[in-house]
Order: sequence, then C-alpha cells, then structure tokens
Amino acid sequence: MKGNGKPPVLVVVQLSGGNDFMNTLVPYTNPVYYDSRTKVVIRPDEVLPLDDTLGFHPSCGPLKEMYDAGDVAIVQGIGYPNSSRSHFRAMDIWHTCEPIAVGTEGWLGRAIRELDPGKENVLTGVNFGKGLPRAMAAPGVPVSSVGDLDNYGLMTGIGEDAQRMQALDIFKRMYGPAVGSGPVMEYLAQTGSDVLKGADALKTAPAKYSSDVEYADNAIAQSLRDVARVHLADLGTRIFYTAQGGYDTHSNEMPTHPGLLSDLSGAISDFFADLRAHDASDNVTMLVFTEFGRRMKDNGSGTDHGSGGGAFVIGDKVDGGLYAEYPSLHPNDWENGEDLKHTIDFRGVYGTLLEQWLGVEAAPIVGGDFEQLSPFAA
Amino acid sequence: MARTDLALTAHLMRRAGFGASRAELERLAEKDYAEIVEDLLHPERFPDVPDDILRRYTDGEGIEVWSGRWLFRMINGQRPLQEKVAFFWHHVFATAWYKGEHTRSMFQHIDMLRRVGMFDIRTILVELSKNPAMIHWLDNSENHKDEPNENYGRELLELFSMGVGNYTEDDIKQAARAFTGWTFTQPIPLYPYGHFTPEFLYNDDDHDHSVKTFLGETGRFNGEDIVDIIVKQPAAARFICRHLYNFFVADEPQVPAWETVPPQDPEAIKALEDAYFESDGDIRAVLRVLFNSAFFKNARQMRVKSPVELVASTVKLAGTHRFPDTSLTSLAAASAVMGQHLLNPPTVEGWHTGKEWIDGGTLNDRVNFAVDHMADLDNPGVQEMIARLRTNGDTVPPDEFVDRVLDLSGPIDAGAETRDGLMEYAESGGELAFGTPEEEAESTARVGRMLQLVVASREFQFA
Repeated sequence: MKGNGKPPVLVVVQLSGGNDFMNTLVPYTNPVYYDSRTKVVIRPDEVLPLDDTLGFHPSCGPLKEMYDAGDVAIVQGIGYPNSSRSHFRAMDIWHTCEPIAVGTEGWLGRAIRELDPGKENVLTGVNFGKGLPRAMAAPGVPVSSVGDLDNYGLMTGIGEDAQRMQALDIFKRMYGPAVGSGPVMEYLAQTGSDVLKGADALKTAPAKYSSDVEYADNAIAQSLRDVARVHLADLGTRIFYTAQGGYDTHSNEMPTHPGLLSDLSGAISDFFADLRAHDASDNVTMLVFTEFGRRMKDNGSGTDHGSGGGAFVIGDKVDGGLYAEYPSLHPNDWENGEDLKHTIDFRGVYGTLLEQWLGVEAAPIVGGDFEQLSPFAA
Repeated sequence: MARTDLALTAHLMRRAGFGASRAELERLAEKDYAEIVEDLLHPERFPDVPDDILRRYTDGEGIEVWSGRWLFRMINGQRPLQEKVAFFWHHVFATAWYKGEHTRSMFQHIDMLRRVGMFDIRTILVELSKNPAMIHWLDNSENHKDEPNENYGRELLELFSMGVGNYTEDDIKQAARAFTGWTFTQPIPLYPYGHFTPEFLYNDDDHDHSVKTFLGETGRFNGEDIVDIIVKQPAAARFICRHLYNFFVADEPQVPAWETVPPQDPEAIKALEDAYFESDGDIRAVLRVLFNSAFFKNARQMRVKSPVELVASTVKLAGTHRFPDTSLTSLAAASAVMGQHLLNPPTVEGWHTGKEWIDGGTLNDRVNFAVDHMADLDNPGVQEMIARLRTNGDTVPPDEFVDRVLDLSGPIDAGAETRDGLMEYAESGGELAFGTPEEEAESTARVGRMLQLVVASREFQFA
C-alpha cells in the first residue's frame, strides 16, 4: 500500500512513431549534436536547462516544472540490443518483451494476471484508445478497451435510451452461459458478459467526476482526463494505458514536434494536478515510453528511425532526476551507422515498475533479470 | 427452381467468398452444387473489377486506399474465390507493408497471389520467391554469394511450405545459398524512392553456383530446384493441406502447434493430401475436393470470421458500398481496429486466427461496427429484407419474424440463447403489420432493430 492507503496504480503512456529524444532532452553543449543536426535542431538559447549539459525542448515547460519539483525521473538511453527500426516490430518488442522470438502475450497482460488472478474485476486493466495494445493482451485475461468513455459500451450507436437498454438486455440474454455449446461459443459468452460488466461500471465514472482542472482540447489531454475520471471513480483499475500518436517525424519535424511535446507536457501536468486536487495522486506512477529514438543526423526536414530513446517515470513517490546514462554522441559509439547506443534495457525499467511499484515479480513477466533503477523515494 | 440447398450455398459463399446477398444466393442455387464450385474455381469465366474505375473513385496511394480497393473487390467482385484465395495466401505468406512502407510493391504482391493463387504449388512458391515485396520483407536482397542471409530460406521452409521439424538447420543454409542472387530492381523502401513498382532481378554474378545438398538431394541447385524438392515432400503436402483446412473448413490451433497437435479431422487431411499428390500440387484440384467433400459441407459456423470477413459480411448484408467511393477506406480502418490491418500482418507468422481474433475490446468493436452499419433503414439490404418479409401477407407474427430474419440474414443457425433473446424482442412489439403507412414505418424500424440484434449475436461472429 502506498501513500493514501490504496493499491498502487500504473499509467502507461505510449508515444507512437518514435519520439526524437535528442530534441526532447537536448544535449545543448555538445558540438557533435550541432554538427549532426543542422536543420532539425534546438539552439542553446532555446532550451530549458536542467544542468550545464542537458535541457528540455522549449515546449516542455510544464514537464520541466514537474521535474524541478522532483516528480520526474528521466530514463536516458533506454533500449535493447539490435534495436528494430520497424515501428510495428519495435512496438511489438516493447509490448511483449520478446526481442527475438515473436511473442503474443503482453507484459501488462501478464501483470494483470498476477494482480487479479481470480479475474474478479474486468477493469483491472483499462486501455483508452482504438484497439487493444498487445502489451495488454494475454490469453484468459479480461481487459477493457475504451474508445470514448462518454459513449463507451456496446451498441452506443443506438441513440434512443429505451431502445438501447432493451438491446443491451437482449444482448445479455444472447450471450448467456451457453454451457455445452463448445469452447469458442462459451468463450464468446464470457467475453460478451465481461464487456457488459465493464461498461456498466465505467459508465458511472463521468457522472461522479467533477474537477476545476481544465484539460486542453487535444487527444492526449482528453485521454488522460479519461484516465483521471476512471481512477477517481474508484473502480479498482490498477493499470491504465493510452497513446499519443504522430511522433514519426521523417519530415516537417520543426513545425510538428513542438506541438506534440507541448500537448503531452500540458496533459501530464494537468493530469497530476487533477489527481492531487482529489487527493488521489499518491498511489499513481506514470511511465512514458516510445518505441525508438531517431538518427543522429537529420535529413534536412525531419529525422529517420534510430534507437536509444528516452522514457519518463513520473509521480509523487518518484525521486526525480536523471537515471541511466545519456547515450554517447561520439561517432565511435554509434551503432548501425548513426544510431545512439542504449545504456539501459527497457526490461529493467519495466522490472523496476513491476517489483518496486506494483509489487509483482518481474522475471517471469519481462523474460529474465535486468538491471533495475531506484526511482522511488525511500 | 433451386437445385442446391440455400443454406449450403450460403455456407459455400461465406467460405469460398465473403458472403452473398439473398438475391445472389437464389441465383446461384439454381445451379447444381458442383457447378457452383466449378464456377468459383474458374474466375476467368467472369469479368474482373475494372481497375481504372476503382482508381477513379478511390484516389490516392496510401495503404488504407489500397486496402479499401481490395475490400471492394472482396465485397462486389464476381470472382469471389480468386479474392478469397489471395486473402488465404496473404495469411500464410504474411508480408507486411510496414517494413518498406511501400504500398505499390505490397499491392503487386497481392496481385501476384490473385494471379497464381490457384495454380500448382511449385509455380506459387517460385513466384513468391521472385516477388519484390517478399524479397525485401525477408532480406533476400541481402542474400549474397559471399555473405548468405538465411532469412528467406528459413521462412520458406518453416512458414511457407513444410513447418518446423521436417528439415535441418543445414537444409536452411543450403536453401539460402540456392536463392543467392534473387533480388529486385530498386526501389524499396518508399523513402527516398517514392511510388514506383520494382521488378524481380536475377543477378547470376551474385549467385552461389556451387554444389548443395538439400533434403538428401545433391546438385548445383538454384532456387527453382529447391522449390522442386520441397513440393514433393509429404510434409509440404500436409502443411499446405492443413492450412487450407484451417482457412476454408474449420479453425485449427495456431500454426506453431501443428508440430505436436494432430489435425482434428485426419481423414479430411488425408483426402486433401491425396488430391495434392494426384494433381502434382495443383491448388485448384485440392480446393475442388475440399469444397465437394462432406466434411466441408458439414462444417457450418465452425470458423471465427476474421475482421475483414466480419466487415465484408456486414456490408453484404446491409447492401452498402455497392459502388466504389472514398468511404471504402473507413472499412479498411474498421478492420484494422478489430485487429486485421490488411496488407500489414503483425509479423511473418501472420495473424493469429480463430478464437484469438476476439477479446473484450475487439468484440466491442465488432458488435458496434455491425450494429451501426445496420442503423440506416434506407440501406438496400434492409429494404430488400423488408420487401421479402411482406410477401406472406400484411402481418408477420413474432416467431415467424425471428425465423425469417435469421433465414434471410444467413441463413444463420442460432442457438437457444440467441433465439430466446430475439424472441423477447419480437414479442415486445407484437406482430409486424404493414397495413397503414404508420404501421409500415413502425415495422420497418423494428426489422432494422432486429437486424441489429442479429449482427450483434455470437453466431454472426462465425463464418
């Protein structure tokens, strides 16, 4: 039990497309950076300095404030050996912890199985967004995937309430236990009932919620507001998942990247402010990750797929600061041409969160023992 | 006058195609079953979807645009089995867009599957080995005389023709050497080459001409020789026939389990293997045996629809998208949300099929897509169903209402729970009446809602 006496909750935010970590946490005194990045570059006088070598992108103001308050652990140089440059494959590896074989079980799906072995709550794991991420999927583990919290559930397209209620009632009957109809029919019945149960509980969340925090009108802010609404409704959710897209900045990075970072930092800052205002932040830690970093050199307009990204671990219980090493920019240390070499394996960071935060044994979930960090205050 | 049972015809068209409208089924059922199968096996008897018209109404080069065009062919083309077979091989020879982000070569790949998909297996595997998207996908362009790359050699044996346990690591190395020099003219990837179509290129200077021993045979083998040796192996016949059974007849466990889990119907597999050897691996001949067999005819509702099949069958039932337009991309996007991103399988192992298509999120998405798609009472499929319901007189009692909607939407063989649920709805409003304009409007709305419940059912999840 943490802080406010409630079980620990993990919120995972996926930055899809491969965030340019070098332009997020800028090595603003390193000449190699300025030699490599001529067009897609943050100048020394623009950064929000953390120390005399690193500074945040100027659009990360709210995140910088949280960092200064000691709530943000920056994991520099996170990755894995022979990093994949394919978005899907790379994301798959992050989701399944299987860098060589092809895995189908997600790490969070496995964690949910440990947290709720009796499958008592279909809301132990909740994803916000389109399509369940593989990270959350594991056979026999019920999870809920919500596109739009205010209209979540089955047959939401049926506008008239009485009709929809009748349709749901009939759906429940049609998805009755069906004992003896075969394993697939029975599985469908179970899944259909889980969806109904999840939707019933989730629909209470918007009505219970009131807040003075005004989230911005962008996708990640609204997703984190959904996380906040469900968290504050006390439905027993231990793992939340959501994603922010658009980080695949092969071109036009200078005009687009700042908007993404600004939306993200604002959303995270509002999210924690909202939780604090409700005395509900103590038991929440957030992980922000991306599938890879980008190349050392820009291509004149953007940057291409690389490796050696960065992650953030954020929360009241986090001992803020810099963790692991910033990847070496020296050309002798580049991999695969001009990729940054990772300095800590992502599975160690997962392990940190699993064991030190959620209290679940990491090795069976991440597939081995990996060096962990110590980002939580004693 | 029907010469073939309508429910059997519907079953055949769900498997050998992507479903059929009631009018299509009635037309087909006028033929003998074996004749319907023969027509399906000979797509050249029917006109193709004109590509120029498809392109005129669906502008662009993005993957969703190309996927939308393919969905249009599945839904409206007059060569359903040709599309279904291409779709089948797309599951087996899983090649994805994301590596090169090069849509043209992906579609060239699908065109190849469509063109040779029902040829003999030797031709299919040789064409596959020459396909630029495949060569890029599995790095055969990096497979050089002096530096062999085993990726294609390995997957050719493991995933495309025989399955693990039927060859050695050395066979993989020898196969890889035989395919050295099989490459393609640039350009892949998309950046910085743009949208051009690459061609196969055999570079004799980069080919390893030395002697190789593969699966017990020795010679100066080139790629074609390797395929020749593969296709005569019993393991290849078994592997291909199990795939055909899994895709066209009934869900089997996932492919990696096949090494240890025997087929659920060994006699069926034996019948298909016999057809394979009698015809020198002719896929058309094997499919002929399959579709005409009792084991196929009896396997009703024994496969979970893939998302693409769910989308296509829903659209067929609603009668929408009969003409090409830009909204086809929304169908491709819907399928992707449900877990099947066409032209973009997650890995070379392909999609996990059957029961694994379904989880809480995807079931929610499947049900809502189908229900929403039935919402518009003006859709031709809904209107046609109402017209048919009215033919028996001005009123329809509740039990007949349920029976006939289930019949007209499949026919669907509904279990007790589903039937009870639908009866509850039918009885809640009494009999359907069409006497006055008000009654007609009310009954039309109720037929639409009944259809929404039918497509929300468990049975609708099955093909």
